[in-house]
Amino acid sequence: MDEAAHGLWRAAARRLRGDRIACVALAVLTALALVALLAPAASPWAYDSLDWQHLAQPPGLSAAHWFGTDRLGRDLFVRTLHGVRLSLLISLLASALSVGIGLAWGALAGFAGGRTDEWMMRFVDVLYSLPYLFIVIILSTLVGRGSIGVLLLAIGAIGWLTTARIVHGQTLALKERGFVEAARATGLSSAAILLRHIVPNLAGTVVVYATLTVPQMILFESFLSFLGLGVQEPQASLGNLINAGAQEMESAPWMLLAPAAFLVLLLVCLNLIGDGLRDALDPRER
Amino acid sequence: MPSIPASAEAAAPARALLELTRLTVSFATPRGTVTAARELSLTLAAGECLGVVGESGAGKSQTFLAILGLLAANGTVSGSARFQGRELVGLSPRALDRIRGAGIGMVFQDPMTSLTPHLTVGAQLLEVIARHTGLARAAAYRRALELLERVQLTDAARRMQQYPHELSGGMLQRAMIAIALSCGPQLLIADEPTTALDVTVQAQILALLADLKRERAMAMVLITHDFGAVAGVADRVAVMRNGGVVEMGTATQVLMAPREAYTRELLAATQPVARSAAAAAPGAAALSLEGVAVDFAVRRGWLRRRAHLSALSDVSLELAAGECLGVVGESGGGKSTLARAVLALRRPARGRVVWMSRDLTHLPPVEMRALRGELQMIFQDPLGSLDPRMTVGEIVAEPLAVHRPQLGRTARAAAVAAQLARVELGPALSDRYPHELSGGECQRVGIARAMILEPRLLVCDEPVSALDGPTQRQIVALLERLRRETGMSLILVSHNLSLVQRLCDRVLVLYLGRMMELAPAAALGSTPRHPYTRELLAAVPVTDPRLQPARLRLMRPGEPPSPLEPPSGCVYRTRCPHALEVCASRVPVWEEAGGDGRVACHRWRDIPGGPI
Repeated sequence: MDEAAHGLWRAAARRLRGDRIACVALAVLTALALVALLAPAASPWAYDSLDWQHLAQPPGLSAAHWFGTDRLGRDLFVRTLHGVRLSLLISLLASALSVGIGLAWGALAGFAGGRTDEWMMRFVDVLYSLPYLFIVIILSTLVGRGSIGVLLLAIGAIGWLTTARIVHGQTLALKERGFVEAARATGLSSAAILLRHIVPNLAGTVVVYATLTVPQMILFESFLSFLGLGVQEPQASLGNLINAGAQEMESAPWMLLAPAAFLVLLLVCLNLIGDGLRDALDPRER
Repeated sequence: MPSIPASAEAAAPARALLELTRLTVSFATPRGTVTAARELSLTLAAGECLGVVGESGAGKSQTFLAILGLLAANGTVSGSARFQGRELVGLSPRALDRIRGAGIGMVFQDPMTSLTPHLTVGAQLLEVIARHTGLARAAAYRRALELLERVQLTDAARRMQQYPHELSGGMLQRAMIAIALSCGPQLLIADEPTTALDVTVQAQILALLADLKRERAMAMVLITHDFGAVAGVADRVAVMRNGGVVEMGTATQVLMAPREAYTRELLAATQPVARSAAAAAPGAAALSLEGVAVDFAVRRGWLRRRAHLSALSDVSLELAAGECLGVVGESGGGKSTLARAVLALRRPARGRVVWMSRDLTHLPPVEMRALRGELQMIFQDPLGSLDPRMTVGEIVAEPLAVHRPQLGRTARAAAVAAQLARVELGPALSDRYPHELSGGECQRVGIARAMILEPRLLVCDEPVSALDGPTQRQIVALLERLRRETGMSLILVSHNLSLVQRLCDRVLVLYLGRMMELAPAAALGSTPRHPYTRELLAAVPVTDPRLQPARLRLMRPGEPPSPLEPPSGCVYRTRCPHALEVCASRVPVWEEAGGDGRVACHRWRDIPGGPI
């Protein structure tokens, strides 16, 4: 199956290379991820080490702390990059989780059709209608705040609903295509048709959707952390850094600006890559 | 009726209505410039009909879209196009707008997509009238109604209140013609106006166009790939290829005595492949259908009540091993449903399908899947029936992976190569993807996939209707050769009666899912018994411009009623010129009609026979 997809992926990659904006965004994102991974190790400061000499220090390239420090004297450069690292990790895992569940659920429901389809999609509708923040609050009080596992579960559990709906719609359309009937006439079993013909043809949509979910997940994680439901101190995520920074906005704006700038950069890059991928995989461009 | 249209003699009209001089149309694409029309020059006199014929990609449509300023954004036009002495190339959109509609009307290929779905047909017609004539509302309405009646749209006042999706393709094309005519244009450009329609409706629309042209002394450009359409309507014919005119002359000259080899080639393609002598005397019945009926559940109306649409009812027949059965009828007649019921891709509501004395209708899925190696199918949409993410090699090999998993990698590759050679495709194609192939190549891949397991029955659902003339001919010849070589049975579903007649042993005529007539192919052509068969035969165009106009004039308007509310008694009676009271009250019996034929008609004995 992988071989089958090669030509189309190659063509998509070629078109993506021709998309200058997406290429720049990809380069910036890669650089950002590398810096987030490597730079904290090179820095003399750890994300939770306190520098009593420099409390609430403003940023400066010649200073000991490039991005300044917070009220407790923690290095904001290291903490921000830590936040980027954690945000990326959580959002990637949560996206994978939600896309995985959504793909399986939506494709199964759409392909099965009939009553099974009705029930499976009504279940999605019911989950959709529950106030998710409420669920997250209950989950975190039950398991304990700050557990990244819970956070992942909460974000992933909400995210898959939309994926499932999109995949479901696509599957319904694919099911009517001639090659699915041809496969049936060839004598393939339903499972084989689903795996060999439906899922590979969903790949384009799903990949695009996944790239566009990652920034959503980052935003959602930041939102939860901002509310105090997500990543807990002294762990740093972009969300709780922005939360802490917002409280010092008037006296020490850098505490807000540093993590906020990284968040914006991350989101812009991911969205641009998602847009580029969507264009590259669009069959109408062929 | 004159055997040669009057204006044909005026080869070089004194004052041309439309004059194209060295017109070049090109498109800038990422892969370089593509030229659709190359230094094209032609003239059209007032009241004359020019048929523009060629294969798809010859630049027929783009040339005429270009003079109306309707090119895609990446297209450019150079040269000159004068309409009534006025230069159209380079005219401002506003000035062109006044000419479009009022001076030149246009009818497009697909009436379904040419009308806006959210406006009623009437609103769209009134909009054009109001814009170009400035008539008051009531007067515009009267005008619209008049036009719709003129184009023989039945029930015109009600149709005006309906939305496009509520009308059939034929009705929509009539409405499109009414819109094009609404402002009394001097020139009507019809771009493949009948391609998307059934053969009977095609003939009706062409008859209407021929009529309108005569009545209004309106000039017409008929763009088509179908010589039959041209023969009935056109005075002069231009044959196009690769953006240039290959041959131009009167219809009689071009169609009856073509000078160019390419024209002869195209014309030859309209003649169906003659079948070879029967390979072997048909043996015992291999397939039998016993009272097969297929229903579709549909939800209707505001309460979405369940209703049954009977797509196929009470079909019984037998197919011998090695026999070729043709199935014909208009769309909605149940042809494709029959094909799918035979292959157990649709579960019949009643009746049985028996293959080699095994009842397919009640076979467990596992056994049915195993049996599918013997029963294969070829589809209407060559590209759509191939998985876009698989290479040709993988597509052709897939049946082997299912039915002969024990085969090794090299054996499988060898089998694929052998099949590709068998359908006359080069081995290099095996690494390509479907979207890189032409329609004909795609259909060959579909045939290779179906043939790799050496099936004993091949069901072909409109195998060539999506293809160009010459390609159609090649695919038909290929199917005929494969049938001869393998001795398999063949079911050929097609709306093309002449194709089926030439290729098949027997032909089944379906109407609204009911059997109308079943007869040996030769007898069906020479002595059709059912009035519906006669209507279908009459609609088949001949490429002789001396005969075709008269044939068109005999066409009666009429389309199949909704299968949700089939007429009582004989379903065909609402269109039948011979219908009596008995036809409405009793369903005709499926009876022997001599000469190995069967017919379901109360009146077949009374109708004068003889060829159409």
